[in-house]
Amino acid sequence: MYGGGNTFEGIKTDTLAQEDPVKLAEFEARIERGEKIEPTDWMPQLYRKQLIRMIEQHAHSEIIGALPEGTWITRAPGFKRKLSLMAKVQDEVGHAQLLYSAAETLGKSREQMITDLITGKSKYSNIFNYPAFTWADSCFISWLVDAGAIVNQLANAKGSYGPYCRALDRICAEESFHLKYGHHCVIYLAAGTEKQRQMFQEAINRWWAPMMHFFGPSDKISAHTEVLMRWKVKMASNDDMRNQFLDMYVPKIWELGFTIPDPNLKKNPDSGRWEYTEPDWEEFKRVINGYGPCNKERLEVRRIAEERGRWVREALKKPSAAYVTPLA
Amino acid sequence: MNNVALKELLYKMADDQLILGHRNSEWTGMGPLLEEDIAFSSMAQDKIGQSHALYQLLHQLGEQEPDTVAFTRNANQFHNCVLVELPNGEYDFSLIRHFLYDTAEALRFDMLTRSSYKPLAELAVKIRAELRYHTLHANTWVKQLGSATEESISRLQHALEQALPYALGIFEPSPHEQELITRGIFEGEHVLQEKWIIQVELVVNQTQLSLPDQKQIKPVYGGRMGKHSEHLQPLLDEMSEVFRIDPTAEW
Repeated sequence: MYGGGNTFEGIKTDTLAQEDPVKLAEFEARIERGEKIEPTDWMPQLYRKQLIRMIEQHAHSEIIGALPEGTWITRAPGFKRKLSLMAKVQDEVGHAQLLYSAAETLGKSREQMITDLITGKSKYSNIFNYPAFTWADSCFISWLVDAGAIVNQLANAKGSYGPYCRALDRICAEESFHLKYGHHCVIYLAAGTEKQRQMFQEAINRWWAPMMHFFGPSDKISAHTEVLMRWKVKMASNDDMRNQFLDMYVPKIWELGFTIPDPNLKKNPDSGRWEYTEPDWEEFKRVINGYGPCNKERLEVRRIAEERGRWVREALKKPSAAYVTPLA
Repeated sequence: MNNVALKELLYKMADDQLILGHRNSEWTGMGPLLEEDIAFSSMAQDKIGQSHALYQLLHQLGEQEPDTVAFTRNANQFHNCVLVELPNGEYDFSLIRHFLYDTAEALRFDMLTRSSYKPLAELAVKIRAELRYHTLHANTWVKQLGSATEESISRLQHALEQALPYALGIFEPSPHEQELITRGIFEGEHVLQEKWIIQVELVVNQTQLSLPDQKQIKPVYGGRMGKHSEHLQPLLDEMSEVFRIDPTAEW
């Protein structure tokens, strides 16, 4: 699951000057007509670079996202939850596999992407740098973080790069089950004992700020991405996605009798948009840059897994085998 | 005729599947490659599902609900073999354990498809079909890593030597063995072990690994009688951590 909030950096206006203007115009016309771009098609370097960056971050988010929830598989209460959570987290790892393949079609190998993850060169969704202290935290993730991811991924599934769109179609279908699972867990907490209700309220209180950060910095301060929107790499603005999420889920949270720790949160009846306390974007930047509560732990776990598994991967290599880019 | 013997058989099989399923699930997010994360997770789901189905059979025989049985007993009430409760260790140990254990289970449930106890025979057909993939997975990897690099061969050899005494504990004889055989419920651990060693040899002989002589090895028994290693109780404490917050609550 992925919120897409930290994908893009500022784009220099002269980047496109080196591209062939005729090919560029044809490329843009194809996207305008709603055609999908395929791996062997001509594309501007900037398009390739930003897509690799985006898909790679999405893939990393899936495997790192498996960690906070994964720790609850062994503690899930009862057979039904244990089996469902295992299947859900397995899906997330499967999403990473799909997405690494989609990114590989653009010319970067999975090994290189994972190396860049471990060394901190490439990022993943910020929200997984927060700890899941209780079962209710894992329920919050399964319901609301997955819900946020669906908002983002449904938008991106209408993008222009064929392999990514096809991966997202499959991912969204699976995520919709995760959402149902998460919602089901939360309903049982909401309708349960005082202790269970309190556990979920505390989870909301802990996770609300990271959830607001999930969609990325406010449009007022985020990097200019007009060209990426024209190329259908980025499909909706951060604020639009945040608003869509609030519109869909705040009423559901209130309906269950929980509160949200933002006294300014309300829907403006005139504009139809949600008003809220501006999230702390300095905190967001600190966490993105490696200073969140769990950044070190998450990368360390991933690094250990890679190192412990190295002998297995080495043993699979055959001298005759050559690297092949996956088919779209 | 009472069902003590039958229940004992069902309990040990259910507990084996639950505990190894739990261990397999610990590989989620930690595998040597994504595909193995996914494979171990699939096997974990099958095993936990199989344990649930076996606890259901016990429930039909008057035992408590599967959730209660799985999430509230202490280690000394569990009948799994010690092999399945050992920590995952490195991938080499997890793979060899998976190979030795699932080879036995695939044969066990094949035998049980002919059980005189019909509910078990019917369930065994389903479980046997799932276990085919588990043994296919184990055999593929053992053959591959058992013939690849110096490191992979020596790791697997070491894991094999480490796991074998515990694997022999799978076949710890039950005091009810003869009754199960007489009643046609199960052909017995001894017959199973003989089939198992043939199958294990068949795979190991296709690698550069060498199988220690099982006659020279002292099996680690006790698990079937509730005598476990120090690793089981912490596993159960973790498994029931949330459930125990309020065992009467619905989660």
